[in-house]
Amino acid sequence: MADGDVVRCDACPVTCYIKRGMAGACDRYANEEGRLVRVDPLVVLEHTVEAGEKVVPFLGAGNAEWNGEIVRGPSTFVTAIGAGTTYPDYKPAPFIVSSQVAGVDTVTVVTEGIFSYCGVKVKIDTDRHLGPERNLVRVDGEPIGHVTTGEYGSQMLSLGGVNHLTHGGKKEGRVTCDALLRLCNGEAVEVAVDDGATAILQAGKPPIINGKSEERMRVGCGSATIGMFAKQWYGKVDDVVVVDDHITGVLSEHQAGKVLGAKDTGIKIRGRKSTPGRYFHVAEPGSGWGGTNVTDPMEIVTGFDARHAWPGLRLLMVSTTGEQYAYYELDAALRPVEKDLPPNLQESVERIAENCEPALTTVLFMAGAGGSLRAGVTENPVRLTRSVRNAITRVTAGGAPVYVWPGGGITFMVDVTLLPSHAFGYVPTPALVAPIEFTLRLDDYAALGGHVDAVRPADEVLRDASLRQRRIAGAVR
Amino acid sequence: MARARAARLSGNRLHLQDGPIDLVIEAMGAASEVEAGYAAAARRFQTILDELCAELPILRLPIRPGNPMPEGVAARRMWHAAAPFAGAFITPMAAVAGAVAEEVLGAMTAAADIRRAYVNNGGDIALYLASGEQTHIGLVDRPDRPRIYGTVSIAASQPVRGVATSGWRGRSFSLGIADAVTVLAATAAGADAAATVIANAVDLPGHPAIRRQPARDRDPQSDLGAIPVTVAVGALTDGEVEAALASGLAAARDCIAEGLVAAAALHLAGRTVQTGLPLLHHAKAA
Repeated sequence: MADGDVVRCDACPVTCYIKRGMAGACDRYANEEGRLVRVDPLVVLEHTVEAGEKVVPFLGAGNAEWNGEIVRGPSTFVTAIGAGTTYPDYKPAPFIVSSQVAGVDTVTVVTEGIFSYCGVKVKIDTDRHLGPERNLVRVDGEPIGHVTTGEYGSQMLSLGGVNHLTHGGKKEGRVTCDALLRLCNGEAVEVAVDDGATAILQAGKPPIINGKSEERMRVGCGSATIGMFAKQWYGKVDDVVVVDDHITGVLSEHQAGKVLGAKDTGIKIRGRKSTPGRYFHVAEPGSGWGGTNVTDPMEIVTGFDARHAWPGLRLLMVSTTGEQYAYYELDAALRPVEKDLPPNLQESVERIAENCEPALTTVLFMAGAGGSLRAGVTENPVRLTRSVRNAITRVTAGGAPVYVWPGGGITFMVDVTLLPSHAFGYVPTPALVAPIEFTLRLDDYAALGGHVDAVRPADEVLRDASLRQRRIAGAVR
Repeated sequence: MARARAARLSGNRLHLQDGPIDLVIEAMGAASEVEAGYAAAARRFQTILDELCAELPILRLPIRPGNPMPEGVAARRMWHAAAPFAGAFITPMAAVAGAVAEEVLGAMTAAADIRRAYVNNGGDIALYLASGEQTHIGLVDRPDRPRIYGTVSIAASQPVRGVATSGWRGRSFSLGIADAVTVLAATAAGADAAATVIANAVDLPGHPAIRRQPARDRDPQSDLGAIPVTVAVGALTDGEVEAALASGLAAARDCIAEGLVAAAALHLAGRTVQTGLPLLHHAKAA
């Protein structure tokens, strides 16, 4: 979309052409160095941190001059942006109508959280085997996390956390912090799994595993794929095997094939039979067919039972993404002979591929708001926790909605792609710095022991720069 | 629907957002009527951005003989609000915010029995007042630094159903140097267009402390094209401030004489002048 200095924004039908350093008509999207970035009406404020620690501004290296004003003060900045600013995307209106809102009735406590207890959960849409569960994930040889429980069609990594950040070696902490920061700010990070793959991970982009970019998620497990496509195969081919690391499906034995009246073909498949037509563990995990290490699909077919098989039997082998397929016919000795895929089956293979969703890496930042952060908001921190629990206080991170984990504390998760560009920073502790806002009614704020005397009108906080320029500065600089 | 969003704000207000449009709406009346009104507002809102964008090329053309008129209901509102000012360069876009506010207010009050209501589109406000009702509006002198400096009361008996503010520090470009010009007029679209025109007139042509740039250098699609818009205003003497305000005041009085505007308040460098209905009450020191 970039054309020289101008970016075309497709977020709404206005389709603004936005010049470098400028925002679109909505003030929500801006052109940062020729790239369309989302900017939220968020005032990012630097604040003082514990003595001896230097806050690294929310900028890339070599971009040290922050020309937006830095408001120094206590660890909280309270902006009272008139009535109606509870909604994160809402901009302060120059007029506030009705007698109920002559003054300020809503406050947003904008603060930077310094999170020692923080990390990211990475969901990698791939069936490729990244490494055994619980194995370490490394960057530059340093352990930064581990492979955790896989999800449907996805491999999961749990990275960061206090043990890698502060309880391990000095280099381990530094490397972990840097990797987390880059992942949170939408940059690419290369990781290596012990006894597993290397992967380049970037939020919102396809994962690159062992140098190969993933394009698609599998349409379903092998058994599910049989169920989805049985009707399209029936009559065109005598048997179909969908090769999958999780469950390999066999049409002629599968319930879906039986319902259609598929004949037994006497095919014998490696692995452990689960229920009819569903096989576990037909091969080892790997980067071959359907997330297995299979490169020749006949490796998983041990033979054909002569009591059921017949010469000329037609067999389709296909992976769960449709990326690999092969077609065979049995000769007189019931040996499979590979042939070209008949045109009437080509469509079904393409349909599998077509039904696969794009494979992405997604990154959720997860952190706990600790005692000192809460104290910055209120003199009675536990009341803030209770207020969040009772949904009186709304928590956002850089204006993005968060999920607050039930139970004690304020432990939240947020999709890093929803935050403004470069919303994360770090301190050399090492720990990550992320924006967090607590929004609540002024009277509720007073009731929970808030720093009511620190409430400032928005104009004082926003100072001279226009809001529009400030927003861009907040995101771009 | 996929894009447009509706949310409730505190005080039982409704927030509608789509692309660059943010509306804050409050209706007062029986609870069931308010709900019906909000539902109608949200329904009307769903398509309004698409309707306007479908005619965007026409809406960005100056109003003058030979140029086409738009067809959509909201687009026509814009055109009709801007047309009285077509002696100088003006496009229907000068009234877009007010017209959208008016359109949504109209849908809401047509569908339900509302006592009073407002639709606030980023400071351009459409009002509805049933007979005997009145409302109070807080005013700010600089849109970029929201601070209420005064209030106005508008009664149903007064010919004011629209309030708008324009100035170079706001979201839209201005040819002038006013920090803000606030206009009260019969309709929101009319107030929007008039505020734009009056703010343009608060000016000191050729003054070295005023930095201007062709509009298209800031926004390649601006309806203002190569026309220079204000991007910075340096220090001005008291006399210069007076002169710029006097120029704007003259334009405002013309608008009042033509029946386009009920009242206007003009702000520049901390100075405020006003004309028209004596509506403004100063707030206590904020």
